Amino acid sequence: MTKRLLPLILTVSVLALTGCFGDDGRWHGKDISGLMPELDFELMGSRGETVTPQDSAGTIRLLYFGFTSCPDVCPTTLTDLRKAVNQLPRDYRDDVTTLFVSVDPERDTPERLASYASFFGDQVVGLTAAEPELRELSKRYRTTFGYDEPDADGNYNVSHSSAVYVFDRTGKARLLLRPGLTTQQVSEDLAQLAKESRG
Amino acid sequence: MPDIGFLAPYDFSPLTILSFALVLAGYGYALLHMAPEQRPGSVRIVTFVLGVLLCYGVMQTRFDYYSQYMFFVHRGQHLILHHLGPFLIALSNPLPVFRFWHERMGPSLRAGLRPLVRVYRILQQPVIAAVLFVGLIYFWLWPPIHFDAMLSRQLYWTMNWSMLLDGLLFWWLMFDPRSPVLTSALGYGKRILILAAVAIPQMVLGAWIVFSRGMVYDVYEVCGRAWPMAPETDQLLGGLLTWIPPAMMSILGILIILRRAMREDGRVVKPSQLAGENP
Repeated sequence: MTKRLLPLILTVSVLALTGCFGDDGRWHGKDISGLMPELDFELMGSRGETVTPQDSAGTIRLLYFGFTSCPDVCPTTLTDLRKAVNQLPRDYRDDVTTLFVSVDPERDTPERLASYASFFGDQVVGLTAAEPELRELSKRYRTTFGYDEPDADGNYNVSHSSAVYVFDRTGKARLLLRPGLTTQQVSEDLAQLAKESRG
Repeated sequence: MPDIGFLAPYDFSPLTILSFALVLAGYGYALLHMAPEQRPGSVRIVTFVLGVLLCYGVMQTRFDYYSQYMFFVHRGQHLILHHLGPFLIALSNPLPVFRFWHERMGPSLRAGLRPLVRVYRILQQPVIAAVLFVGLIYFWLWPPIHFDAMLSRQLYWTMNWSMLLDGLLFWWLMFDPRSPVLTSALGYGKRILILAAVAIPQMVLGAWIVFSRGMVYDVYEVCGRAWPMAPETDQLLGGLLTWIPPAMMSILGILIILRRAMREDGRVVKPSQLAGENP
């Protein structure tokens, strides 16, 4: 019986494997459909108001964790995202909202967040919350952050995710933009996402 | 006061807690109610409980948080779930406890479990067991699969549970206390051969991770590490944990089986041989 079953088991596992690798290559970013939960949060906006995904419903949301004192990664990522959005066909440029979530609420006051976010475009929303809420949110998207020991001047580094989570107009998790993608590639992905779901 | 926050689960899983509680309760109940001559000694009980608690510890304490955000801690978690924990559980020989519960099962429950027994028999074929043992390690460490598993909560739990269950099946096959002369248990030679055979691909995989120049598992980079550690160091440590301890466990397993075989040598005689001598 086992002799007949072995080829069967092997065939099934090979089929299952090819199914897993059956990426049709439509995206430059990593397709995370079905891997992650939909967009859901309750954070504080840059005027101290409560912000939920409802406030940006109907647009494509780019979720990014960072902090305003970030020396290189955050400004680079936000600049690249702005460029990618600016390369979109004119019709779609207003359809993308960037949600910049600061994981450093100690230093990032609403005012500071507001001026930082506006520097990267009108469609960038600066958000934060108390640390436990931020931990919950980062856990939901399977990422984390940590603080270094402060130096003599009280400055400290913050480790955080380097990826951008992309949610479609309905709030479903769709793509993960890993560092290393070109502006052109990000723009193409966003255009495709904007196109597919526009009524 | 010691920080008990570390003992709280990072990702609370009622099913996991329930399963572990049931196993410990079932074991404890059987110990109290079984005939004294069948009851395992204290060393065996401690070995069993230690194995169970180790597996629980890496799944439902703060350890799990570090496993999700540090590659080398993740390798340590799988070393316990797939090797050390099941190794101790199988070595503690819980067979009398299985017998205790088997005797108390109703006929309908036994009939209901029959399909499961059939699957078990297939999975315990030596070739399938060995391929499955190594195959699962390779499967979950295949970079695109590993990336998905670390991103999806559901896949992550599937990964950890599959490693634990396969570890239990495999080490139980290796340390089955029944004598292969008297029962259908796997022969000692075959067990030793399997242990040697599974060590080699694990060493190859570990060495490949250790000597890879680039980042093989960038998910830890993407999702942020639990604390700032150079990615190369994390990968190097993870590779070493995949390479050396599993190979050592195989050697330890071989030594234990050799000792058992040498002890039994000449002592256990097949009933058929006895019958042959006295026609």
